[in-house]
Amino acid sequence: MKVLNVVGRRIPMYDAAAKAMGQAQFTDDLERPGMLHGRFVRSTIAHGRILQVDVSRALVLPGVKGVITGRDIPDRVYGIVPKGKDEHALARDKVRYIGDAVAAVVAVDVETAEEAVRLVKVEYEELPAVFDPLDAIQEGAPIVHDNVPNNISASIRKEWGDVEKAFAKSDYVFEDSFFSQAVNHAPIEPHAALAQYDPQNGDLTIWSSTQIPYFLKRNLATTLLIPENKVRVIKPKVGGGFGGKIDMFSKDFCACWFARELLRPVKFVYEREEVFQNTRQRHPMYITVKTGVAKDGKILAQQIKAHADGGAYNSTAPLMITLSCFFIMIPYRIENLLYEGYHVYTNKPTGGAMRGHGIPQARFAIERQLDMIAGRIGVDAAEMRVRNAIQPGEPHPAGFIINTCGFADSVKEAAKAIGWTEKRGKLPFGRGVGIAGASFPSGVANMAHLSSGSVVQLTREGRVNVLSGAADIGQGAETVICQIVAEQLGVPMEDVRITAADTGICPLDAGTFGSGVTVRAGNAALLAANDVRGQLFQFVAERLEANIDDLVAADRRIWVNGSPDRGMSLNDALHAYQYADNPLPIVGRGSWIPPTEQPTSLLTKNGNFSPSYSFMTQAAEVEVDIETGKVRVIKMVTAHDCGQPINPMLVEGQLEGSIMGGMGQALYEDSTCIDGQQYNPSFLDYGFPTAMEMPEMESVHIDTDDPLGPFGAKEAGEGTQLAPAPAIVNAIADAIGLEFHRLPVTPAMILEGLRKKQGKAEGTDSST
Amino acid sequence: MGKKTVLELMINGDTFEIACAPNMTLLEALRDKALLTGTKRGCDTGGCGACTVIMDGEAVLACLTLAVEAEGCDIRTIEGLALDGKLSPLQEAFVEHGAIQCGFCSPGFIMSATALLAEVPSPGREEIRRHLAGNLCRCTGYVKIIGAVESVAVKDRGGEK
Repeated sequence: MKVLNVVGRRIPMYDAAAKAMGQAQFTDDLERPGMLHGRFVRSTIAHGRILQVDVSRALVLPGVKGVITGRDIPDRVYGIVPKGKDEHALARDKVRYIGDAVAAVVAVDVETAEEAVRLVKVEYEELPAVFDPLDAIQEGAPIVHDNVPNNISASIRKEWGDVEKAFAKSDYVFEDSFFSQAVNHAPIEPHAALAQYDPQNGDLTIWSSTQIPYFLKRNLATTLLIPENKVRVIKPKVGGGFGGKIDMFSKDFCACWFARELLRPVKFVYEREEVFQNTRQRHPMYITVKTGVAKDGKILAQQIKAHADGGAYNSTAPLMITLSCFFIMIPYRIENLLYEGYHVYTNKPTGGAMRGHGIPQARFAIERQLDMIAGRIGVDAAEMRVRNAIQPGEPHPAGFIINTCGFADSVKEAAKAIGWTEKRGKLPFGRGVGIAGASFPSGVANMAHLSSGSVVQLTREGRVNVLSGAADIGQGAETVICQIVAEQLGVPMEDVRITAADTGICPLDAGTFGSGVTVRAGNAALLAANDVRGQLFQFVAERLEANIDDLVAADRRIWVNGSPDRGMSLNDALHAYQYADNPLPIVGRGSWIPPTEQPTSLLTKNGNFSPSYSFMTQAAEVEVDIETGKVRVIKMVTAHDCGQPINPMLVEGQLEGSIMGGMGQALYEDSTCIDGQQYNPSFLDYGFPTAMEMPEMESVHIDTDDPLGPFGAKEAGEGTQLAPAPAIVNAIADAIGLEFHRLPVTPAMILEGLRKKQGKAEGTDSST
Repeated sequence: MGKKTVLELMINGDTFEIACAPNMTLLEALRDKALLTGTKRGCDTGGCGACTVIMDGEAVLACLTLAVEAEGCDIRTIEGLALDGKLSPLQEAFVEHGAIQCGFCSPGFIMSATALLAEVPSPGREEIRRHLAGNLCRCTGYVKIIGAVESVAVKDRGGEK
C-alpha cells in the first residue's frame, strides 16, 4: 500500500469534527426568513384515474399559502436517465401506486400543511392493478403506463459467444431460480429540499439532499420551464444516499415551483414513511440462471433471465437492467453468456439505483448457484471460483479492459482468513462457512458525457481552495479530493479548503453514482493541482536553476529531489512569485472523463465499461439456532482489491458499512408490499440491522496499482455490498444443509426448511 | 392543538423561553424554536435514535418527549458537549476512529454513549453494543462507532489507576 505524505494515510474526514459537534448543516437544518413548509397529498389507491381534485377547503384554511395539483404545473416528465423519463412531479391523469403524489400544499408551518392535506378531496376511478412483474407481462394484465402496452419499459437481450453450442459441450448443465426482495436505502437523513427565488434577477436556488446536483439542475430547468442558467443547486451535507438520492423527487420540483410563485422560501422534508414508500428501493428481481460447466468446474456458458419489479416508474430502468447484464462478465471468465432482462412496471413503489444497482440481485443468484453446482459436481466452492477468475491483461469476452485484477488472490486470501479448509463442511451442524465473489467498476464510461471538473487556487498566503462538482454524501469524497490536492502541492491537509457540489460556482460533475467519484473527480482534482504545481514549480525551478521534473514538495517546502538544501519554503516561493509580478492566486483547472471511444454506445455495443474494476471476495461464518431459526453472523472477511486506497480508514468504513447492508439484504430487510400497500414503512417494523447484529470483521488488502486511477486508486464501497448476502446464504447451506433461493432468509423459512428436511429423513410428508 | 403556553427550558446551561402547544415535542422545541439543529430528526417515531439528548443525566429520545415534560430538567444536546470549541473525549474519539461518515446519526450516538459513560465509565463491548442498539447507522456498520466508545472507556479505566 502506498503511504505518501497525505495520500494513503488514515486521516479523519475534514468535516468530522463539525459533524461530531452538531454544527454540520443538512438540508432540514437550514432556515430562511419567511420560510413556508410543504406536504403532499398522496394516492390512497394503487391504480386509478384522477377524476377530480377539490382543493377549495384546503385553500381557505388559515395559514395555507398554496395548493397545487398536477394540472397547475407544466406537463413535463422528469427522470435521471434521459431515455426513461416518465414521472410527473404531481400525477396528472392517473395514480400508479399507493403514495403517488397528487397535490402539494404549503403553509406557514408543518402542522397547518398537514391539516390542509386532510382537507383535499380526490375522486378516483379505480382501475385494476398489478403487483407482480410476472403477472404484469401477461396478456390482458392491467397497463400501468398507457404507452407501454406490455408493462416492459426497458429490456436487454445480449449474447456473447454461442451459448447453445457451449451448453451442448458442457459436462453438466444446471438451471435454478432465485428471488431478491425489495430493500430500502434507509438513509438516516430523510430526503429534503429548500428552494428560494430571487425575483430581481430570476435566480432560483435549491438546497437539496441530492447525489446528482447537475442532473437535478437540468431536470428542474426542463420540467419547470426555467432557463438552466437561472437554476442553482447546492448540496448541503447529505445524510447518506446509497443511490436513493441519485433520483429527484416531487419535493424538489414543488419546492421550486412554490418558491417562484409565492416569492417565499419553501421547504419540503419527507417523513420516514415517505422515504420508504415514495423514494426508491432496490428492485425485487426474479432471476433464473442456467449454467453449463465442465467436470472440473470451469464455467462454459451461462444463460440468465431476469424480471425486475420496477414499480410505478422507470427511475434508472434502462441503465439498471444494462448494468445487471454487463457485470455478470466480471469477476469470472464467461466466454458464452446470454442475458435477457426486463424492467417491468407494477402498481408499487418505484425501484431505483441502490448500492450495486441491479447487480446485487444477479450476484446473489449466480454466487448461490455456483455453490450449489460445486456441491453437485464435487468441486470445492472456493477452488471453483479461483479456477474461473478473470486475469489482468487477458482479452475480455465483453471487451472490458482489465488492467489490474486481484480476484483470484482475493478468493484465496478470504478462504484462508475464514479458515475454509478446516471448516467448510466440517463444522458441527448449525455452524458453517460460505464464500462469494464480486467485482465493480470505478464509474461507468461509454454511456454519456460523464466528466468531472475541478479548479484549484493557491493563494499568496499558501492557502489552497478547491472547487469540485463531486457530491459528498458521507462517503468522504471531499476529504479524498483534498488529500489528493494536498499531496500534489506539498501542503498539509489543514491548508486545504473545498467548496463542492454547488452548481452555481463549481465545475461540472456527473454526480455520485457508479462508484466513479474517487477516480473521476479525484483525477480532475489531480489535474487541476498539477496545473497549479506546474505554474509555481516552473518559477521555482528557474530560481533554483534546476529542472522542474526534479522538484519535490512536502510540508510547505519545495526542493530538488535528493538535495534537501537546494529548496525554499512554499511561503518564500509565493513571495518571490508575487514580487516577480505574476498573477495570484495561482489557478489550475482540470477535467477528466474515462477513456472511451464513443461515449454514447453502452446500450448498443460492446466496449470497455469503466476505467478500472475492483475485485473482492467475502467469506462468512454463521451459526444457525436450530430452535429459533435465527442466524448469527459470527465473522465476515473481505479480501479487497481496490487499487491503492487514498485513505485506508475511509475504505474500511465503506466496506464495514456494506457488510451491514449485505447482512440486512441476506437476513432482515424486506419492504413488504401486499396488494400495493407497504406494510412496514418505519424503522420499528423494517429489519434494519443494529449494533447487536454486527459480526467480527476482518479485511485483507490485495495490492494492485491501477494505471488510470489517481495514485492507483480504484472503486471502493459499492462492490463490497455485492458478495456478503450470497456468502451468508452459502454459509447457511454449509451449516444446516438447506439451499435457500429467496431473500431474506428469515427464521420462519429456516424452521420450515428444517421441518421439511426432518420429515423427508423420517420418510413422512411434513409439507405445511 | 390546544392553547400555547410559554415554557422555560434549560438547554446546555442556557434558559430558553419557548411558546409551545401542549403537543409540541422536545425535538420540535430544540430544532424549530431554539434552532439547535444538531439534534437530528430521522423518523419522528422513536425508531432511529438520531434525536437522542440527555435529560437529567439520562439519554432520551427528543421526538418521544413532550417539551412540557422537559421543563425544569437539565437538557444537554450535542451542541453542549464541546467546551470552548474543544471536543469532548468521546467526540474526539468519533472523529479519530472514523466513526463518522455522513454524520447524520452521529449526534444521537454521541449523546447515547455520553450518557452510558457517565453512568458506567468502563463498559464492556457487549454493554456498549446493547446500549447503542437503539441508534441506527446506515454508513459505518457500527464497527468504528463501537471502537470509538471503547477507546474512551478504556482511557477512563486507565485514568482511574
